Amino acid sequence: MFRQAQWNEPIIFNLGKTGRVGHILPTVEGEVKKAVGDLYELIPENLQRKNAPRLPELSEPEVVRHFIRLSEMNYGVDSGLYPLGSCTMKYNPKINELLAGLPKLGMLHPYQDESTVQGILEILYRLERWLAEITGTAEVCLQPAAGAHGEFLGVCIMRAYHKLNGELEKRKDVLVPDSAHGTNPASAAMAGFNVVVIPSDEEGCVDLEALKSAVSDRTAGLMLTNPNTLGIFEKNIEEIAKIVHEAGGLLYYDGANLNPILCKVRPGDMGFDIVHINIHKTFGTPHGGGGPGAGPVGVTEELAKFLPVPRIVFDGERYRLDYDRPYSIGKIRCFYGNVAVLLKAYAYILSLGQKGLREVAEVSVLNANYVMRKLLEIEGLALPYNSQKPRKHECVFSAKPLKNKTGVSALNIAKRLLDHGLHAPTIYFPLIVEEALMIEPTETVEKEELDRFIEAMREICREAHENPEKVLKAPHNTAVQRLDEVRASHPQTMALSWRMYRKKLVSKNP
Amino acid sequence: MKRKGHQYIPNSNPEIKQELMREIGIKTIEELYADIPEKYLLKKPLNLPEAMSEFEVKRHVETLLSKNRTCEDMPIFLGAGCWPHYVPAAVKEVVQRSEFLTSYTPYQPEISQGMLQALFEYQSMICELTAMDVANCSMYDWASALGEAARMASRVTRRNEILVPRIIHPERKATLKTYTEPADISIKEVAYNPENGQIDLGDLESKISNKTAAVYIENPSYLGFVEEHVDEISGLAHKHGSLFIVGIDPTSLGILKPPGEYGADIVVGEAQPLGNPMNFGGPLLGIFACRDDLNLVRQMPGRIIGLTTTTNGDKQGFCMVLQTREQHIRREKATSNICSNEALCAVASAVYMALLGPQGLRELGETIMYKANYAMQLLSRIEGIKAPVFESVHFKEFTVNFDGTGLSVKEVSEKLLKMGVHGGKDISTEFPELGQTALYCVTEIHSKGDIELLAKSLEKIVKER
Repeated sequence: MFRQAQWNEPIIFNLGKTGRVGHILPTVEGEVKKAVGDLYELIPENLQRKNAPRLPELSEPEVVRHFIRLSEMNYGVDSGLYPLGSCTMKYNPKINELLAGLPKLGMLHPYQDESTVQGILEILYRLERWLAEITGTAEVCLQPAAGAHGEFLGVCIMRAYHKLNGELEKRKDVLVPDSAHGTNPASAAMAGFNVVVIPSDEEGCVDLEALKSAVSDRTAGLMLTNPNTLGIFEKNIEEIAKIVHEAGGLLYYDGANLNPILCKVRPGDMGFDIVHINIHKTFGTPHGGGGPGAGPVGVTEELAKFLPVPRIVFDGERYRLDYDRPYSIGKIRCFYGNVAVLLKAYAYILSLGQKGLREVAEVSVLNANYVMRKLLEIEGLALPYNSQKPRKHECVFSAKPLKNKTGVSALNIAKRLLDHGLHAPTIYFPLIVEEALMIEPTETVEKEELDRFIEAMREICREAHENPEKVLKAPHNTAVQRLDEVRASHPQTMALSWRMYRKKLVSKNP
Repeated sequence: MKRKGHQYIPNSNPEIKQELMREIGIKTIEELYADIPEKYLLKKPLNLPEAMSEFEVKRHVETLLSKNRTCEDMPIFLGAGCWPHYVPAAVKEVVQRSEFLTSYTPYQPEISQGMLQALFEYQSMICELTAMDVANCSMYDWASALGEAARMASRVTRRNEILVPRIIHPERKATLKTYTEPADISIKEVAYNPENGQIDLGDLESKISNKTAAVYIENPSYLGFVEEHVDEISGLAHKHGSLFIVGIDPTSLGILKPPGEYGADIVVGEAQPLGNPMNFGGPLLGIFACRDDLNLVRQMPGRIIGLTTTTNGDKQGFCMVLQTREQHIRREKATSNICSNEALCAVASAVYMALLGPQGLRELGETIMYKANYAMQLLSRIEGIKAPVFESVHFKEFTVNFDGTGLSVKEVSEKLLKMGVHGGKDISTEFPELGQTALYCVTEIHSKGDIELLAKSLEKIVKER
């Protein structure tokens, strides 16, 4: 059975010895020092650092060994199945890492003269065109650093649009389905909108009657994920778009679930006005333990004038950065986006091509439906919202029957899966499913690994009936056992840095 | 043998697909898409490139990238929010470990201890460097961190005005505006002393009031000089019940007093220089730190990793904390919508800080300051050139004014480029009051030879005008 490394690796502050260094800097030439003189005579006394930062003192091998040991207590896509729903944890092609690590990109400064950066501008310009083609939008902006950042840009564009029409004072409501990702309401609120929640119907889709009664001349827009977080395609999308547009609102596409419809259906064709893309989900760039990602935003022709500056333009010979956009919402960050991430997406699209991307979508759906069909056979798991209906990239099971019978919850199943050397699905989301297990296998997993997951699920559910204690106390095989998350967030015991921890220790044992 | 399927998609082999379809009980893949209205299903292929082999992709991308000229091809004296520094090989090695690289946000802490500990160590080292108590595990960049800091200050103080210096990065200011406008927070500028660039304390005093949520300064300033009246500014802010937000370049903190020692309530900044390549401006790494005060901590944006123990109390461990601030729990009431951040860049910075240690960070600061000040000396000797414009102490960036040469910054930079040197950022439109001025940056990667080449080239340009 799986065993994760358990290094008992000390915190880095408890490693090393006084006087050790891990990196030697380039020397300052004697002449330079002489010409400049004593630096500490230049810096005003009250601005000099008197107490050196209490950083560890380590040699290079110690630093490397420490972090390599830590890496061995971590699980990635390269370790095994990572079926986090709505996260699209697919394989990250190695060639893309190699290309993004080239100094011809790394050593490029964003403010260099345009004549010296034509290569990267060409890559970014083409990527914008491809993403516009894939999403069915007119123009794409690559600047957002993450999906939620793209959402923030999207709702800022909604703001700018209604403001230009003189309706911002009135249009204060952004509609969000109850199955939406948490970022949707959070983004809308950040842009100053009220969030109005739309319930789902029995099929797990937007309740049309509820939507009709929620829209009004106060509606700024609707944020929608399609396929939604249940993995179900919102088949009434045409009607939804019509209702929102007739009320004067804009339709926003949350691109977290774009993977299953790549080159099959386009958000723009379904009537979406603003679309964000999670490059680190759909386009195979690694998540890096929580970033960096990239969240480009595509918009209709009418909304393109609001996009942040600069826009990359091509005059047939030369690529330029254009800042002259009077209606632009301005900036949401410095510079042009997470370029190193975007370059990987460029290479990814080239490696797959139009046919390959279609294959990505189809196999991701095929894999999800295979897993769904097999899990339906397991006692204790239920599939709410029409279990006969095919899902797209993900399916959401409920462990409620199992919990009622054995006390084993979705959380316990998740923790026990870790013991099998498998990552857990997303749990307790979407909120409309009790004891939710949200499973997205992606297209980059072979049938054998899917079967291993299905078998593990079957085994855990059997164990729940026969030996629930084992499951309730899981995980057993990971670097550490269950962590005290309450203690971690309690004001008395909370330690958010080594400095804070030290201070608390001292105040406890003076 | 005929090739079957794509290399990234194991089940794309037609026989395996058939098998899976049989298990599901369907005959064609299209059945899985049958619920999508027919009119939306694409009938024609999209206008996208044909697939290439890995070798072809590599050659294609390398050919395009080879059109770029980087700071390996010529000395480049640009900074302004993204800086050329050396990234040690050990940093690259660690962040390419696929257990880190290909992992998700550590929602399952037991199997993600490595990432959690590395991020906790990043937070802790940022705290040591800035002399603050709490740091989150990253924001997108300095600019968005500033936007979030302003919103946080407004929530904490229930006030809605932010005072910022006139000398601020224009893109940071633009970002701040985008972030604060929807929250009805207004931004007011504080003038500077035209002689030395320092914040005009009189102007600050006249503008600060009981409406001021926060006073923001940058140290070193956008134009590279050290802000000297930090104690007075901090005192004024606190006297009026406002928060004091300080924006920093962490490479200065080995030698400059950390903001936690002059009363900062929130610290923001850019940690790209600590172990992350420039990458044409992204990804960057926003620093966000604050004091150990629950009123502040509970309003912080972003993910925070905390130290805890296992439930049986046997072992120390790490997990995400205070998640009730975050969007996946609080939805529209969250302190921010941020979800994915720049975690792997934070790990890079942790490795970088660990390699340098206290001594290395001091040396880094000294090396940069020596070289930048040497460059100022050489440039200011050239007839018609003034470097720097302001009579203040400069750290790694400085202004160069060309008014006395009769040349514009644009003309000078074009000529420099022809001579194989890339000049600084033209700020003549950002700060028209400073005339034909550029912002130059010198770091530890610039040799004495690079600096002298710059000086000689400028001398030649001025002479030949």
